[in-house]
Amino acid sequence: MLRRRSLLTAATAAAFVPAAPAILRAADTTGVTDTEIRIGNTCPASGPASAYGTIGKADGATFRMANDMGGFAGRKINFISYDDAYSPPKTVEQIRRLVEQDKVACLFNTLGTPSNTAIVKYVNQKKVPHLFVSSGADKWGDYKEHPWTIGWQPSYVTESQIYAKYILAQKPDAKIGILYQNDDFGKDYLTGFRDVLKDRFGKIVTLASYEITDATIDSQLVTLQGAGIDVLMTVATPKFAAQTIRKVHDMNWKPMHVLTGVSVSVGAVMEPAGPDKAIGIVSSAYGKDPTDPRYANDPGMKEWRAFMAKYYPEGDVKDAGNVFAYGISLTMLQVLKQCGNDLSRENMMKQAANLRNLESPVLLPGIRINTSPTNFHPIRQLQLMRWNGKVWELFGDIIEGAST
Amino acid sequence: MSGEITAEATEASTSIRTQPSTRARPVPFAVTVIVLAGAVALTFLVSNYHLFQLTMLVGYAVAILGLNIATGYNGQISLGHGAFYAVGAYTAAILMSNFDVPYWATLPIAAIISAIIGFLIGFPALRFTGLYLALTTFALAVAVPQLLKFKGIEDWTGGVQGIVISKPEAPFGLPLNPDQWLYLFSLGVAGLLFLFAWNLIRGRIGRAMMAIRDHALAAEAMGIDLALLKTRTFAVSAMYTGVAGALSAIAVEFVAPDSFTVFVSIFLFVGLVVGGVASITGAIFGAAFIVFIPNIAEQVSKAAPGAIYGVILIAFMYLMPSGVAGLLRRLYHRLVPSSR
Repeated sequence: MLRRRSLLTAATAAAFVPAAPAILRAADTTGVTDTEIRIGNTCPASGPASAYGTIGKADGATFRMANDMGGFAGRKINFISYDDAYSPPKTVEQIRRLVEQDKVACLFNTLGTPSNTAIVKYVNQKKVPHLFVSSGADKWGDYKEHPWTIGWQPSYVTESQIYAKYILAQKPDAKIGILYQNDDFGKDYLTGFRDVLKDRFGKIVTLASYEITDATIDSQLVTLQGAGIDVLMTVATPKFAAQTIRKVHDMNWKPMHVLTGVSVSVGAVMEPAGPDKAIGIVSSAYGKDPTDPRYANDPGMKEWRAFMAKYYPEGDVKDAGNVFAYGISLTMLQVLKQCGNDLSRENMMKQAANLRNLESPVLLPGIRINTSPTNFHPIRQLQLMRWNGKVWELFGDIIEGAST
Repeated sequence: MSGEITAEATEASTSIRTQPSTRARPVPFAVTVIVLAGAVALTFLVSNYHLFQLTMLVGYAVAILGLNIATGYNGQISLGHGAFYAVGAYTAAILMSNFDVPYWATLPIAAIISAIIGFLIGFPALRFTGLYLALTTFALAVAVPQLLKFKGIEDWTGGVQGIVISKPEAPFGLPLNPDQWLYLFSLGVAGLLFLFAWNLIRGRIGRAMMAIRDHALAAEAMGIDLALLKTRTFAVSAMYTGVAGALSAIAVEFVAPDSFTVFVSIFLFVGLVVGGVASITGAIFGAAFIVFIPNIAEQVSKAAPGAIYGVILIAFMYLMPSGVAGLLRRLYHRLVPSSR
């Protein structure tokens, strides 16, 4: 009797053992059939941030291009992008729709810091790959806290580390003044400076912050000048950046001036500030500017323009968002290519964290995308540039941030 | 002799008063029971994603009901109820994350805080009327996202980062998943609040509120304390919307300044008008409009969902000038002539 029962147990166990992995595999390849790979996305097609809506459309166009080129092992990408109007509650609703109703294999390039913050817990609980989010916040590189989420663009922390290193190399005895916007965008830059300067941060850095609701930053600049600083780091959104450039010039103050890469737009910052007043300002870039005449004959940008003409003719070829979308979507295509025939969620995440020296036609030459299980910051390199009164001139080598 | 006549007259008048109501009531009452039973049944019939949508719908319905108490029944136009929605949501989130208060206990606190703020905001309502009040409250809605980022309260509000909270599990070992439980919980809270609103509106205070809306001077002449009633109405209205905000925060598991832009106030107002001004059931239809129409608009056109939304809104206003509830009321009166 006893023997029969143990036999039975053994038989049952034997029957279940091979079945278990099969069940697991079936559950993990959600969103993948023999003919399609479903990829989900949210983007603000309406609402206050609808200017970013073009990124979702350009992503979709890139995937159409990939499908025309044969897709992946007989499968075509079915890209499902929903409007979240840049409202976090709406993002939660749309992401649940993508994951639970549409049963997508992964989420790609969901846009916005608040929107991604609202969903990051949910997608990590559900173990859905949350690939290459559109946000410069540093926290998307935190592979320990959320192993299913990965960023793409250089984080603000990475960028500020690069500035700090550059400043120290130029002026080892610098007295640095940082004018920053008092929110997580501004505070990420302080983190980067602290990382590089370590103990010296308290001694050589003077801080001045402004609220986005302030009318001007004049008093902050007067304070910084009074503190006798010789390097000014401006971490401001375009309107305030333009004000700063103008005010510094009008004060007849000539510090070494470093400006966040967020506010380097010729149209929105340099022109309103006065192109001559900004001469000598240093900033950084990682992608190619579609309005820069020097890329008129650049092979990478030609490729991008051909793509725009064929797959997204209604898109604006002056909008840097479309360049960004092309670059980030090509990275996603590389992940799918590396996945081969194993399109399980685990493998997608594994391959997203296994990109090696990937170059991109729309990134500056020499900038490479690298990820690993302990590096969820795909782009950590930038190149410095200086405003010469007409265009931003790139100079020096490609520089890498210190953080991983 | 005279006593007998009085008794008779009283009897007659009560019978006259109760007669129409006993005849008219069974249908709405039956409908209410059926709708409620249907709403409960949905817990087990639809997917978790749809339950989340329905939970949001229930929240918006309570918020619109609150707006309706001030705007529909009392004539105080508010374009700033998103502010109270935010206050309720942040109250719930701060209590849950910083003070470990259980989710259900945050609702009464959110109600009290919203009511106090509503009462204070209600004071300008005494001086401003109509469009001027609308603009004053609109200013409040515009200010809210920036006030939430204020440095002094950042330790509580989390600044631009917002606050992430956790969805409650079903209590007492009920065999429900968190989405099912939260939907039922919200439905229960909303049911109570709707019942309370219905009682308030059809009673003495409700009549006084409507009298102020229809003719303030006449209402005052009849002995209604305008200042007291208007500010208290605004407080009750804000309380409803605050509780709705708390429910939505628990469902979304996240609050941030970007969740409470001026659009929230505008959508609540749209829901109020589409559902039906001065209608309790209208709040439910208005909420359904807020939740579902943007998705439908996007399905029609990915390129211009906003334009499609606008067209649908115009169509609603053209076809149902008195809102969905108004249309249903007209249909009901036509089908059941005795109900007139």
